[in-house]
Amino acid sequence: MRRTAETAPRPARRQRRPGPMLLLAGLLLLAGCSGGSPSALNPQGTGAARVNGLWWLLFWISVAVFAEVMALLAWALVFRRGTARVRHGQPLRFVTIAGAGLPFIILVAVYGVGLRDLAALGAGPGRDALTVEVIGHQWWWEVRYAGRSGATANEIHIPVGERVKVRLRTDDVLHSFWVPQLMPKTDLISGETRETWLEARQAGSYRGQCAEYCGTQHAHMAFLVVAQPRADFDAFLDRLDAPARAPQTDAERRGQQTFVQGTCAACHSIRGTGAQGRVGPDLSNVGSRWSIGAGAVPNDAGHLGGWIANSQTVKPGNAMPPQPVDAARLPDLIAYLRSLE
Amino acid sequence: MSTTLSTPPGIGREDLARLAEHWDEPRSLRAWFTTVDHKKIGRRYLVTAAFFFVLAGLSALVMRTQLARPESGVLSPQEYNQLFTMHGTAMIFLFATPMLFGFGNFLVPLMIGSRDMAFPRLNAFGYWVFLFAGLFMWASLPFGAAPNNGWFAYAPLNQDQHNPGLHMDVYALGLLFLGISTTSGAINFIVTALKLRAPGMSLNRVPLFVWAIVATAFMVVFALPALNTDNALLFLDRRFDTHFFDPGGGGNVLLWQHLFWIFGHPDVYIIVMPGLGIVSAVLPAFTRRGVVGYPLIVLAIVAISIVSFGVWVHHMFATGLPQLSYSFFSAASTIITIPSGIQIFAWLATMMLGRLVLRAPLLFVIGFIVTFVLGGFTGAMFALTAFDQQVTDSYFVVAHFHYVLLGGALFPILAGIYFWLPKITGRMYHEGLGRWAFWLVFTGMHVTFFPMHLYGLFGMPRRVYTYRSDLGWDVGNLISSIGSYVLALGLLLVLIGVVHAIRRGRPAGPDPWEGDSLEWSAASPPEAYNFPVIPCVHSLHPTWDERTVESTTTGATKDRILSEGKRTLFTSELDARPERAAPMPEPSFKPLVLAGVLLVFFTALLLGAYPVAVAAVLAVAATIAAWLWPPRRPDEEIGIAS
Amino acid sequence: MTDRGGVVAAATGVEALTTEEPVGRPTGWWGMVMFVATEATLFACLLGSYFYLRFQHGPSWPPEGIDKPKLLIPLVMTGVLVPSSLPVVWAEHGIRRGQPWRLRAGLAATLVMGLSFMALLVIEYQDDLQHFTMTTNVYGSLFYVITGFHGLHVSVGLMMIGWLLAASLRGGSFGSHRHERVRNAAIYWHFVDTVWVAILFTIYLSPRL
Ligand code: HEA
Ligand code: HEA
Ligand code: HEC
Ligand code: CUA
Ligand SMILES: [Cu+2]
Repeated sequence: MRRTAETAPRPARRQRRPGPMLLLAGLLLLAGCSGGSPSALNPQGTGAARVNGLWWLLFWISVAVFAEVMALLAWALVFRRGTARVRHGQPLRFVTIAGAGLPFIILVAVYGVGLRDLAALGAGPGRDALTVEVIGHQWWWEVRYAGRSGATANEIHIPVGERVKVRLRTDDVLHSFWVPQLMPKTDLISGETRETWLEARQAGSYRGQCAEYCGTQHAHMAFLVVAQPRADFDAFLDRLDAPARAPQTDAERRGQQTFVQGTCAACHSIRGTGAQGRVGPDLSNVGSRWSIGAGAVPNDAGHLGGWIANSQTVKPGNAMPPQPVDAARLPDLIAYLRSLE
Repeated sequence: MSTTLSTPPGIGREDLARLAEHWDEPRSLRAWFTTVDHKKIGRRYLVTAAFFFVLAGLSALVMRTQLARPESGVLSPQEYNQLFTMHGTAMIFLFATPMLFGFGNFLVPLMIGSRDMAFPRLNAFGYWVFLFAGLFMWASLPFGAAPNNGWFAYAPLNQDQHNPGLHMDVYALGLLFLGISTTSGAINFIVTALKLRAPGMSLNRVPLFVWAIVATAFMVVFALPALNTDNALLFLDRRFDTHFFDPGGGGNVLLWQHLFWIFGHPDVYIIVMPGLGIVSAVLPAFTRRGVVGYPLIVLAIVAISIVSFGVWVHHMFATGLPQLSYSFFSAASTIITIPSGIQIFAWLATMMLGRLVLRAPLLFVIGFIVTFVLGGFTGAMFALTAFDQQVTDSYFVVAHFHYVLLGGALFPILAGIYFWLPKITGRMYHEGLGRWAFWLVFTGMHVTFFPMHLYGLFGMPRRVYTYRSDLGWDVGNLISSIGSYVLALGLLLVLIGVVHAIRRGRPAGPDPWEGDSLEWSAASPPEAYNFPVIPCVHSLHPTWDERTVESTTTGATKDRILSEGKRTLFTSELDARPERAAPMPEPSFKPLVLAGVLLVFFTALLLGAYPVAVAAVLAVAATIAAWLWPPRRPDEEIGIAS
Repeated sequence: MTDRGGVVAAATGVEALTTEEPVGRPTGWWGMVMFVATEATLFACLLGSYFYLRFQHGPSWPPEGIDKPKLLIPLVMTGVLVPSSLPVVWAEHGIRRGQPWRLRAGLAATLVMGLSFMALLVIEYQDDLQHFTMTTNVYGSLFYVITGFHGLHVSVGLMMIGWLLAASLRGGSFGSHRHERVRNAAIYWHFVDTVWVAILFTIYLSPRL
């Protein structure tokens, strides 16, 4: 189950309305065959799908009104240049109807639709829905499941087709929880708790990213929502309660020793070992994560080594200081961390 | 048709000589520091704001260079974060508002037929404070201590424990300092427009530009205190350990957002309103008729300025407030588009009835309509909470506000520059250069910002210093960056055009456009006293109106020439009946001194030299006391019963 | 400076003497009214913040460990400050009739009352500071910042009053034709007074409701 952002499975684009898509196709092309894009126009969840519908409604209204304005402007430019005689009327009725009356009707209608969608977004899951607790840190996401002792980071597993409650808190400054393909944003407010929900219609991985400016590394505070069939999800949950995978080879055992006895344990936990730090992400399953450093770099041996030696070159300003790990011990440490699935 | 340097009928040579004697300031270094002439001050506002615009624009170019390619290393995250914050803060506070205030300063007295602003020395003071506050903020950049928390500086990232260093102190103090200038300027505009209008200019004959400036000034008076409160509390939190925004001490981080946006939303109309006023002022000259629906437009201006105070929560649609309040603010935000719609269609109607003279100012007005309407539509989309929650804090929002800001402020400003350059400098610009500039700016603008809608929808958040290349944002960003260079080139041409006009332009004469408002009846550039004869206004288009013109020529009377002493006419607030001729102040060093002492005060606060700050406060009090100290007069003159 | 002569001539000419009696509202009046409007908004923001923070804070207000504010001194302060507007009004009416002695006496009375208010504020602070400070919690921050900010305004008002008094004692400054500055300072002083009532209600009375 090793994924990087590049290889993450991505379901086929579902095109609900061919018309607008045709019009935007050229523009989409501009965007460079946005196959891997976490696009809100390619919704895969109930919440985002609703907003997508609203967007196309607004888009077409705007096109129509803009066409009207441009037509009037063009008419003036074509027919009222040069020698045309000035007319001194005051067509107040035209101004009121075109500028206030028609827009008012349109806006009232659209407002009604918008209200309905807002209510749908706010409806939330049932009371005893599965609850994921997401805690924002500068600049990574801690992920916990109600009733489970273990934690993970920057990767949220959910069962496909079910509405999952997400409880949002922040450990420091404001962040914002956004998975464009699944659900609009909810901010994480210091000193308070917020709730939102996720429902993925198809299995797959959906990229999310912090959308509230939160300091130096706001750019690298991404996460992945992995929607999987219920059985796989349950297996994932069960692993959260069990100790992390034990080291199998000598190298891994030495790596574990380095980790637990070194500085790492002060900040990181690995279930079933002496490492119980809470400053940084839980690393019990770090080997299977999609990235290192909340989307900063792909998760492979080279990047992991670089991260441990000096994460500041990878993600300048992040809260993990450069680690003075003996060059001889580094490969073992890497091997151990990579084995943690 | 209007006054030129030769003596017009109705006013004697001696009168002109006496006016010149009382109003002219000598060309000396001393006069440069002491001037209170609204035209010089207005010009300084324009030049200084343009300077800050170039700085902020160049910051944007550096940002765009960094963002042109994924994972590029032009800037460190710390540098990028300071640059985008300074870009936004400077564009909003040091460019858009002061630039439009500069137009207001230069034009309002001319448009209402007055010889200066109501408080000329306060005006000079406001300029110096603006200059010093701008330098105060920009000076932090070379030290790597510039504000780094975005232009709205949310708590708690603005707090000491999350953001050590001087960054946010510069922000809080800089904006408080600048606020003094903005507030004093606003009050000055209000009083000027109320009391100094030429006789006969009743409220229904006030030019739309002046209406817009006055509405703006009222919004400043009631909106800016919220920002000042915010920043004062922030400074106390940072330096004196209070807990306003600290949940640990019982404070609340959302208080910052509420106060900021109670200011911030009216502020975006503070920026756009004078821009719309410029459009209304430019159109008559190039359509050869008055703007359609004057009363409707005035109504729209007033409506916008009131409703704008009731929509601030639409900037907080993702903070998880109760749905009920969201439905209210969503409705208010939806409704506020209507007055803008009225104005747009009034201008369209004007163009459809008039005879278009397609010169550079009109080109920029057309560019304004196209751009602003597109930006307005995305604004109307955000008003729907559900949609906003999806796109807020993404590049879609960046696209929206550049469309409305460039469309609603920059294009009108450029139109205004070309339109009034002849009046300000007495020289005509080069039309061909102006057209090139327009097309480059227009194309550059849309190439830069249109793609942002798309990659915003594709999930790109704003304020990221870099992005991975596998997300489908590469091409759009590259296009934006290319567009921004085109845009910069166009602006460079504007700059060249202005310099060229000043150096080489042919003399413009007082009224090159055959404009309708009073500034076109003054000389170009206007005399120090603006009008040899203060006109008597008989219609909404005084310069096109025979009787008004007559009032300054054959119909000139002594009480409107006022050549004894440095005086202008005060009139009544509503229907502009003459009240009295009032003396205007002489040039003075005090405004500069007072602003300088304030600079010392704020610098001392920034560096924590509190005793110095206290001393500066005392110096401020002393300067003001001396400034306003009443001159000694004989008893019978002041009216003591003996 | 030749222009000087012009001004003096203009100000002392026949026309000046007859038209000096202000017709309509002078610019200074409008300027002061707008200034007071923006200042009042500032206080509205502060008091609004008080209520916002209070209602976001939870049930107990003031927070645990701080007593409800005592009322005696604030009420005395109110009794001193609010009536202090009367001598100003009296003084202003006096100078409009060209009676400088009334101006001086009225201003002096206000000065004394304002200074007593400030003294009472200091006494009040000395008591409060035993229990909580600006850094204790958000309640303390609000309490001291709002009352302190008002105190600052009273001080500014007192400086204005003192300044007027000094100028009027010198003579040749104010009379029935020239009293704009008196009126403007009076407007400011009334404002400072009125705001105090709002503060009394917010800071001292509302926690008891
Ligand atoms: C000049 C500045 C300016 C102007 C004029 C506007 C105009 C409008 N703005 Fe904009 N706005 C900003 C500057 C401006 N804005 C800035 C700077 C931000 C971002 C701040 C930040 O986050 O950094 C912002 C953000 C912003 C948001 C928050 C987005 C977010 O952060 O999630 C919202 C939400 O409602 C909004 C709404 C509107 C609306 C409804 C208008 C309306 O006034 C628009 C009205 C105009 C029209 C609609 C066009 C003309 C009308 C017609 C042709 C009639 C027909 C129209 C219809 C049928 C719709 N704006
Ligand atoms: C009036 C307001 C205004 C104006 C005019 C502009 C103009 C521009 N803005 Fe601005 N922008 C804001 C207000 C404005 N912006 C605000 C409020 C923000 C939000 C900040 C925040 O998030 O806190 C923002 C944010 C913002 C971002 C998002 C940053 C981020 O979220 O990470 C970007 C990115 O591309 C950007 C780009 C540009 C560009 C390319 C221009 C160009 O139009 C600039 C063009 C100008 C020049 C280039 C200078 C003039 C040049 C000359 C006179 C010629 C001489 C120069 C040469 C030698 C070439 N802006
Ligand atoms: C001072 C605290 C601290 C110490 C010591 C520390 N880390 Fe970290 N570590 C962090 C923080 C904080 C992060 C999250 C950084 C981010 O993404 O912004 C992190 C992230 C990581 C990650 C990436 C996790 C992910 O899912 O993205 C790895 C792997 C890691 N640390 C390994 C180590 C190792 C190995 C050591 C010891 C040699 C170590 N850390 C020591 C604080 C620390
Ligand atoms: Cu967390 Cu941005
Ligand atoms: Cu707004």
